[in-house]
Amino acid sequence: MTLLARHAENLFWIGRLVERAETVARLFEVGSRNALIPNTSGGFRNEWESVLQASGTAGRFEEKYGDDVRERNVESFLFFDSDNPSSVASCVESARENARIVRTSLTSQTWDALNNAHQEMRELKRTERSKLSMNDLIDWTLRTAALIRGTIEDTQLRIDGYDFLNIGTYLERADSTARLLDVKYFVLLPQVDFVGTGLDNYQWRTILRALSAHRAFNWAYGGEVTAMKIADFLILNRKAPRSLITCAEEACWHLDRLARGYGTTTEAQTQARSLVAKLSEITVDDIFDEGLHEFLSRSINEIAGLSAVISEVYLIGEAR
Amino acid sequence: MVEKPIYFNEMGMDGAVRPPYAGLDSWAADMPDEFRNTKQSEAEALFRRIGITFAVYGEGGDPDRLIPFDMFPRIFAANEWRKLDRGVKQRAKALNAFLMDVYGRGEIVKAGKIPGRLVYQNEAYEKSVVGIKPPRGVYSHIVGIDLVRTGPDEFFVLEDNCRTPSGVSYMLENREIMMRMFPQLFRENRIAPVENYPAQLKRTLASVAPEKCDGEPTIAILTPGHFNSAYYEHSFLADMMGVALVEGQDLFVKGDFCYMRTTEGPKKVDVIYRRIDDAFIDPLCFRPESMLGVPGLMNVYRSGGVAIASAPGAGVADDKAIYTFVPDMIRFYLGEEPILNNVPTWQCSKGDDMKYVTENLAELVVKEVHGSGGYGMLVGPRSTKEQIEAFRAKIENDPSNYIAQPTLALSTCPTFVEEGIAPRHVDLRPYCLVGENIELVPGGLTRVALTEGSLVVNSSQGGGVKDTWVMAE
Amino acid sequence: MRLQVNHRTTYKFDPPMRGVAQSLRLWPSLFEGQSVLDWNVDIDGAIRGANFRDGAGDLIETATFLGTVEEVVIEVSGTVETTDLSGVLKGHREKVPPLAYVRRGPFTHPSPAIRDLATEAVMGAENPLAQAHALAAAVGEAIAYTPGETDAQTTAAEALDAGHGVCQDHAHTLVAAAICLDIPARYVTGYLHAEGDIAEASHAWAEIYVQGLGWVGFDASNRVCPDERYIRLGSGFDSIDAAPIRGVSQGAGAELMDVDVTVLDAGQQ
Repeated sequence: MTLLARHAENLFWIGRLVERAETVARLFEVGSRNALIPNTSGGFRNEWESVLQASGTAGRFEEKYGDDVRERNVESFLFFDSDNPSSVASCVESARENARIVRTSLTSQTWDALNNAHQEMRELKRTERSKLSMNDLIDWTLRTAALIRGTIEDTQLRIDGYDFLNIGTYLERADSTARLLDVKYFVLLPQVDFVGTGLDNYQWRTILRALSAHRAFNWAYGGEVTAMKIADFLILNRKAPRSLITCAEEACWHLDRLARGYGTTTEAQTQARSLVAKLSEITVDDIFDEGLHEFLSRSINEIAGLSAVISEVYLIGEAR
Repeated sequence: MVEKPIYFNEMGMDGAVRPPYAGLDSWAADMPDEFRNTKQSEAEALFRRIGITFAVYGEGGDPDRLIPFDMFPRIFAANEWRKLDRGVKQRAKALNAFLMDVYGRGEIVKAGKIPGRLVYQNEAYEKSVVGIKPPRGVYSHIVGIDLVRTGPDEFFVLEDNCRTPSGVSYMLENREIMMRMFPQLFRENRIAPVENYPAQLKRTLASVAPEKCDGEPTIAILTPGHFNSAYYEHSFLADMMGVALVEGQDLFVKGDFCYMRTTEGPKKVDVIYRRIDDAFIDPLCFRPESMLGVPGLMNVYRSGGVAIASAPGAGVADDKAIYTFVPDMIRFYLGEEPILNNVPTWQCSKGDDMKYVTENLAELVVKEVHGSGGYGMLVGPRSTKEQIEAFRAKIENDPSNYIAQPTLALSTCPTFVEEGIAPRHVDLRPYCLVGENIELVPGGLTRVALTEGSLVVNSSQGGGVKDTWVMAE
Repeated sequence: MRLQVNHRTTYKFDPPMRGVAQSLRLWPSLFEGQSVLDWNVDIDGAIRGANFRDGAGDLIETATFLGTVEEVVIEVSGTVETTDLSGVLKGHREKVPPLAYVRRGPFTHPSPAIRDLATEAVMGAENPLAQAHALAAAVGEAIAYTPGETDAQTTAAEALDAGHGVCQDHAHTLVAAAICLDIPARYVTGYLHAEGDIAEASHAWAEIYVQGLGWVGFDASNRVCPDERYIRLGSGFDSIDAAPIRGVSQGAGAELMDVDVTVLDAGQQ
């Protein structure tokens, strides 16, 4: 049956929002672990600030709390604040609202997973803050996201709607991996002196941990943790589930399925393929020659560009 | 002193069980309390799971509120239903003939049967569709007739709904849940199925596709959006019919036709079952600030590029001021005597009627002409002196805005309540489909006033719903 | 009289809109007072269609623009042979019952002042036609023709309070005055070949339903009934309902409209 452009957009956003909720929880983890390390220099004020930078909500936070960057404030802001559109609560609620709109395109299992997430979040919001541990919140978010993605994967019909759900997921994931790396390199450590020191390594490891890639990294690379190895792992390694190239390939695969189903290839497929091709050809040396930050900024723009093209081609409904 | 009215209990009085309910007597009586409670919460869980909730406009509160479901079914015998079936179809036919007439030659007005003022000056009369002939001459494709019963053989029509009567999803879901919870009842009783409704609705809509449409017509349901209280019903019907559920922003006009935005590009739409009000359909024709509609849609409709169900302007037939004349319509257009009676109605705009109404407020039900949902209404026998006096002031302030009817002795049906089983007042809304054929599924939405003695069945005022059975022949 | 019309409407959108839809009522009415010699409506880049004649006798057409729209130019040009029928809309085919025009709208809601004006005006008027003339005269009297004092959103009640207005205000007030006496009345748009008087080449006036005569035009601004200098386009409840061009655009851009109209006496050229 025909899929309305707007409904495709709802599905696309369900994918994105669930992934975004998960990213925020992971960033949280980075923040809380890094905060355990003594503040060694005036080079950066607070680990939480970089977390806010990475989630792209630093400005909004400042409006609300000024420079009172304390864990408790960040926790409320990133987890529960409905004024923050990227908070876990906002993401879960709007994912569920999107789902309600396209209720009939979802299996009852997928709907249940999203609807229950919403009900549980309402429960969490009502719970006294002192009775909630941050670890529980992080665990809840990761578990909920995994459950939703699992029901999508296991129960949704393999039709165009399924592809839009996944394209949303992978574009969001690519974007968040790139941002996480960028924050580490650009915001977390503005002073070059720290690169390669013990502190630096600890923080790199935290990022791996936050991406649940700690063991995978050891398995794939072993030995000393270096910036080069991590960049290679999180950008170019096809075995890493959250690497840029893996996300680009998955998005590309789902776009190709759309093209086959609809019998037409569009600019979206062309751009996605070109993104995959570029990531396949480049080496980690090339990336550091260009500058990690420069490369990541460029990638973030390219992902946004692909997202815009997909929207133009599929989600407005006027093309062709 | 007001005599306590005696209500007709559909299950029977004084221990004698009427035949249609015979199979349920022991079922209900023998049901252990605990089992009943388990079933009741099971039903609630099922309703919540499928997401069938109801948000009352303007009431605030929980948007995910459930309408209470009562498990005791409301039952009609085959012969009782035969009469309702004929009566409802007769009425739906006459209402459509009336619409065709008042947007065409206006014979009924010329013949002096209905004052032109009531029709043409009516807010719901749309001059923009005068002279437009919708496919098959059908204006109101889904007619919901609100009925009450006062005796074994006495039915009254309370109200006609020619625009977009809601509630049919409850008819279908109530049945679905009853069948899931009490399969045995359906094995032991021969109950006519209602599950064909979506297929019949789709066939009805397809049969009114415009002439310009060749091949299988594309049908879409136009909803005001997911914030609307009836959104569940809109998406439920779209799903059951396998048609697209669109909002105004999903449609656009290009040349002679209307298209929907899909992931594969524009797709022409031939029939729109709209669940938004006339005023919001098209900002180029009606309310210019409307964001819900489709700019240019009325031009496409009027030039024959798309069919709209119900047709814009259909509301003039279900206006409370026009209601009084429906029996005359039946005689005028069909040359038949009405099978279903109207409730005697006093128009406060008429001097004599007004006099009678103000003198007898304590015995009457007074309604706003354009009101709905049980709001802005006075039930005389159940109101305090102060309430009556306050209402009298409202009526005297704007008589033409009010009509009055006698307080009907609405029938009761056994209902599960805290203390066990007790009679509660009920009404009925069957849904008649008008297209190439006129069809009526054997069933409808029974609403029940759950508060003891209450006559107000509206869900917004503490009403619940029941499964409605028609016994097969 | 042979009248030649050139009417160009330009809409500029900044920033550009995403899609524009318009409903056009830009063709001269068909009745004994006017016959069309030639008439063209050109809109560059528009997709046109969904045209029909409505129950009020007006020809209506739809124009849409998809994608990015920076500018819309609508060019109307043509020649019409007109006859003076003293405002009577003779031979006009329409199906809407006159009673449908006894309706209060946002522009024509009668204020107590309008009610007073109407009741007073018809006092002593012997027949429906005399009543209609009296109403038109009273409105022309009460509202001085003064451009720039009112705008497109001004209601009849506001215009009467202000005592100033343009043709739109006269027409709204006349309609409002008539319907509060339960006399059917409507808003009419068209062109006027103006010589020196009130120069509104793109014009509006009112029509009042007079038992026995049918619809009759009254131009309270010029205190006449439309004659051979007038070309009638269409009608409606008020200026929005009767608008020759009604449009909706998608986007947040500002809309700038520019209108250029000339109505010449082609017989004198």
